[in-house]
Order: sequence, then structure tokens, then C-alpha cells
Amino acid sequence: MIKVPFAWMRLRGLIEKEFIQLKRDRMTFAMLIGIPFMQLMLFGYAINADPKQLPTAIVRGDDSQFVRTFLKSLENTGYFKFTVETRDYDEAAALMKSGAVQYIVTIPEDFTRLLVRGERPQILLEVDATDPIASSGAMSAALQVVNRALDHDLKGVMAANGARAPPVELVMHRKFNPENLTHYNTVPGLIGVILTMTLVMITSLSLARERERGTLENLYAMPLKPSEVMLGKIIPFVAGAAIQVTIVLAAARILFEIPMFGSFLLLSAALVLFIVVNLAIGFTFSTIATTQLQAMQMSMFFFLPSILLSGFVFPFLGMPQWAQVFGSMLPMTYFLRIIRGIMLKGAEFPEIWPHIWPLLVILAAATFVAMKRYKATLD
Amino acid sequence: MTPSCPEKFAINVKGLSKSFDGKKAVDGIELRVREGEVFGFIGPNGSGKTTTIRMLCGLLVPDAGEGTCLGYDVINESAEIRKQIGYMTQKFSLYDELTIEENLLFVGRMYQMKDLKEKVGETLAGLALTERRRQLAGTLSGGWKQRLALASCIMHEPKLLLLDEPTAGVDPKARRAFWDEIHALAANGITVLVSTHYMDEAERCHRLGYILKGKLLAHGTGADMIERSDLKTWRVTGRGLTGLAKKLTGLKGIETVAAFGARLHVSGADEPALLKSLAPFRKEKSLHFEKVAPSLEDIFIHFMSGQESAVEERAP
Ligand SMILES: Nc1ncnc2c1ncn2[C@@H]1O[C@H](COP(=O)(O)OP(=O)(O)O)[C@@H](O)[C@H]1O
Ligand SMILES: [Mg+2]
Repeated sequence: MIKVPFAWMRLRGLIEKEFIQLKRDRMTFAMLIGIPFMQLMLFGYAINADPKQLPTAIVRGDDSQFVRTFLKSLENTGYFKFTVETRDYDEAAALMKSGAVQYIVTIPEDFTRLLVRGERPQILLEVDATDPIASSGAMSAALQVVNRALDHDLKGVMAANGARAPPVELVMHRKFNPENLTHYNTVPGLIGVILTMTLVMITSLSLARERERGTLENLYAMPLKPSEVMLGKIIPFVAGAAIQVTIVLAAARILFEIPMFGSFLLLSAALVLFIVVNLAIGFTFSTIATTQLQAMQMSMFFFLPSILLSGFVFPFLGMPQWAQVFGSMLPMTYFLRIIRGIMLKGAEFPEIWPHIWPLLVILAAATFVAMKRYKATLD
Repeated sequence: MTPSCPEKFAINVKGLSKSFDGKKAVDGIELRVREGEVFGFIGPNGSGKTTTIRMLCGLLVPDAGEGTCLGYDVINESAEIRKQIGYMTQKFSLYDELTIEENLLFVGRMYQMKDLKEKVGETLAGLALTERRRQLAGTLSGGWKQRLALASCIMHEPKLLLLDEPTAGVDPKARRAFWDEIHALAANGITVLVSTHYMDEAERCHRLGYILKGKLLAHGTGADMIERSDLKTWRVTGRGLTGLAKKLTGLKGIETVAAFGARLHVSGADEPALLKSLAPFRKEKSLHFEKVAPSLEDIFIHFMSGQESAVEERAP
């Protein structure tokens, strides 16, 4: 027989109690349902940013003085940081799908030959446009480079050519969001924002509220296990969160016409994991906070970096190193990559796994702290 | 596991101490409560009753002290203790937004009770609340809340009940009914520790402990306490007692002046000084003086006034 660390009857009692309270507490219920609507309205437009030094993959089919000069000038614009160089286009494409690179620059095999003949070879610049703001500056900079970079090198060789048009043609593809719509980026991220904000807050208040009302003393005086109390506070809100998610996903579909390229099942599974992680963090806060006010403050301290440093407001790869380190500790960071990956890029499990396991680590850490902190005493 | 002494104690602790922010709330309390008795834990507000009870069931970790509750160590085995006691908190601690029935079902599940539906049904019938079982607990009056709280903590048939000021703020009739209920429980073999700041409730307990400023000042039956006390009490009857009480208060040797309806109890430990102060009044024909045994209340008031002046003297 499998030994579970809790008693079903007690757990059931705790969950039912929480549901009844939720049903009769209009304020909490309103928050659960009202906040998604409010956020959807408020985040209609996003904050602008012009990130530099984003990771770029080079698919180099050809090499010559001209290619080197062109790439050097591209790098000098400050927008591109060449992190990967390959001959295999598929490799670069996979990196973009998983979010490891923002741009792919492809130099065709016959580039130099065509250039010398004056036949205007094409250079392909592909942009991950799920976050359109991240790449608008880079795209116009790349155009400038094409127009001028090769002027000097070409003077000696083909001064006589006298071509008016730029010697190279830049072809730009916006991948995953061809129409460059900001809400493609914002709305899936908004699901993460809403869940983080409401779930952490509600659970972090839960024990503090029982403490302030005096019901905690009765709860602690009964023979409960910490795991039962924690699960009893978490499970009811998974259901609440499911309602929120349905609202926002429906709005994403109907109001904003966001596409859904990936598997709905995979997305649901990832959502449940993300919801549980947030609830566990909220519960952990509530084992630390002694008053509802403290619990609120802790939630806010968690919520702000979750918005600012996760890649929701500012593109993650464009943030300074220290901010990326902070961001890497937030569940929201991974969730954004997962949901954008699944909804906009049709990513499958192997591609999102690198963002799933950090969530599991965070969940384990939060549970560990909560179980350590939970003492069932009023001290 | 069971205590080796011949008498069986449901509670047997000594040296229990607890400070909050450096201030001693409970200071070296020693308590022995026999199995099956109703033990009154008496003391004014802020004397440390709640803190002591919380330490007995593991809700607060004592700074010092040791002992057992139902044979289990109060420090290390509080999980076991919690299963077998019923604790009624001073403040109503059931859920206001749950109905009476939902609260009882919740508590029953926490103790993993069998045949819960039936048991809750019986409990509701016993409380005469079957009709109102769908009423939110928060809307009940004080007396009903107390009865519901008591019912919820005896459903799982605990061996020991810790009741923290169960009758505070309840009208006299309901108080009386409450005490009858407590005695009915004790008759069934349940040990009951009940704290109160109503001195008149002392008479309804088998044995008593009197706590003041975190210290246990007396321990035993009411008769023991009266016998052991060095207090001398004079009962005054007659006319103009209210005026007399005012005149007597504060005179040398007179520690307490307490009115009991048409009687006045005048007490002090220093008998010669007490007699000297009373002498002028004993000449009045309208008053009748008689030396009596002090009542428990006289003793408690004596404790209180004595302790206060002792503390004041020590203060810089
Ligand atoms: N959690 C706490 N934090 C700080 N002081 C406390 C706490 N609980 C009780 N006290 C203090 O300890 C003393 C005893 O309180 P308590 O045990 O509640 O007394 P009683 O129940 O007899 O009224 C009081 O002075 C009270 O202010
Ligand atoms: Mg108290």
C-alpha cells in the first residue's frame, strides 16, 4: 500500500471548509474573477524598450572579406550578439524555437560570387517576433548596415559597377508573429501575471487571516499534519485559478485573436504546474507572515520583480546580467517561455522541458521552506 | 507511560514558564489535576491562564518546565496530546462563515471520526440546534456560541477538556446550565480543567488553583485554602453598610472590604490591627459584628491586594 503523508478525511474537511469560505467571501471571489478583466484592460499597451546585445545565431554558408565586414558592421550596431555560429539552419531554428536566440542571420552559399557579379545576393534576417518590441530597433539598424557597410570594400573592386541600389538585399522574416502585434506577446504573459498576483496573495493571506480571526488556534489544537494544512490551502485554489485561466484564454481567442499552435493538453499541464508553484509560494509566505498586512507586503515584493524581471515588460535577454540572475529565480520567467512557446511557436514537450524543471525545483524549495517553517504553535 | 505515583494525574506539570518580550507571563507553574475531577483555574485577567493552557496542549513551547498531560510529555508528545484532548479557546474560534452543521462536520473530520453524520446529528439534537443547523455560526449569540464551541470539542470524546473562560460574558442562567453540563461530563469520567475569572465559580470545582501575575499562589480544595489561609474575617450586618464600607476601606489592618448583598466581609491578616480599626464601629448599635471563616472570594481578593502592594513595594 502506498503511504500518503496525510489523512484523506482531514484533507477533505479542510478543502470543503476552504470552498465554503471562498463561496461566502465576496471580496476574495471578486478578486479572483475581477482581476483578470482589470489586467486585460490595463495592459492593452505595453511599455517600450529598446534592448541591445540580444543573442544571435549565424548560419554562415559562405566566408569572405565581404561576409566578415558585413557581420562586423551588424555587430557594431550593438543590437546583435553573435552567440552561435553554424552551417546547419535547422539547428539555429531549433534554438529560436526554444528561446535561446532572438535572431538568425543566414548568409547564402553563393553570397560572395553573386556580390562580385553585382547580382544583389540576399541575406536573411529572421526575428523572433513574439515580443515585437524587442526587435524593432534591431531591424531598422540592420537595414542601415546593408545600405552602407559594404560601400568601402566594394569601392576598390567594383567601382565601375556604379550600381545605385544597395549591393545586398536584406530579407527580414518575423517569425511566430508575422504581423508584429504586441498583444501576441502581452496576452499570454498576462495569464502569468494574473495567476502570480492573485494566487500568491490569496494563499499568503490564508494562515494570517486565520491567525487574526482566532480560528488558527483551534486549527492548531487539532491533530493536523503540516502537509494536510498546506494541501488544504492549495487544492481549492487550483480550481479557482482554472476559472481565471479559462477567462483569459477565452479573451485571448475571442477578443485578441491570439493563435494557439501548440497542444492544449500540454498547455493545461504546464498551467497546473505553474498554479501549484504560485500557491506553494503563497503558502510559504503565510507561514512566515504573522499579520495579513505583512502577507500583503510579501506578495507585493514577489509580484513586482515577477512582472519586471521575468521578460514580461522588458525582454529577458536584453536585461543586465544581475537582473537576469534575479529573473531566473522567478517562476514567471519560465512560465512566459513555456506559454509563448506553446501558444505562438507550437513548442512540444522536449522544447519546453528546459523551462519546466526549474519550476519543479522552485516548487520543491518552497515546499521545503514551508514544512520547515510550519510549527503549529502560536509562538 | 503512566505516572508512577499512586494517584493518577491527567495533568502533572511543574516549573512551566513562558515570557513574552522579556516579560514573564507564566512563572514556574506547578499543576496537578487528578483524573475525573473538575479543576478550577482561577485568576484575574492577564494572570497567565490562557498561556498556561496553551502550553499544556503544545500551542506554545514553554521556556522552562516539564511534565505530562494524559501521560504524554508536554514538550515532545504534543501531537499525541492533541488527539485526546478537547480545547475550547477563550475567543470563539470556529468559522463564522460556516454554518453550525458545517463547523461540526469540519471538526469531526479533523479528528477522523467514524459515523460522523450521525454524530453531528446527535450533537445538534443535544444542543437543540437541529432546526437552526443551517444558520451561520457567526450570527449566534454569545451563549449559543459557547455551547456550540463546547459541543464541537467533546464530539471526539476526549479524555481531558481544557476550557478557557467558557462562561465569560454569558448571562447567569446560561452560566448555570454550562456548569451543569461540565459536571455531567465529569460524571462520565472526563477530566475538566476550566479557567475563569469569576470567583463565585470556584465553588463549583472539586479543586482549585489560584494564579496571579503568572504565579500559582494556592492549590487544593476550597476548604483547604480556607483552612490554610491566615486571613481573619468579620461579617457585618445592619444598616448603612455602603457608607460603612467607604469608611473602613484603607484603614490600618483592613485589607479587604467586600459586600455580599446585605452583608459586609471585612478581612485582614493582622488581627490586632484589624480589631483596633474596627473598635469604634463596633460600638454602633445599628451594626452587628461576627467573626466568620473567610469565603474563597475573601481569600482571592486578599491575594490580589496583597500581591499588588508587594509588587509596588518592590518597584524602584
Ligand atoms: N502572544 C503574546 N504576546 C505577548 N504577550 C502576551 C501574549 N499572550 C499573552 N501575553 C501576556 O501575558 C500575560 C498573560 O496573559 P494570558 O495568559 O492571556 O492571561 P489570562 O488568560 O489569565 O487573562 C498578559 O500580560 C498578556 O498581555
Ligand atoms: Mg485568557
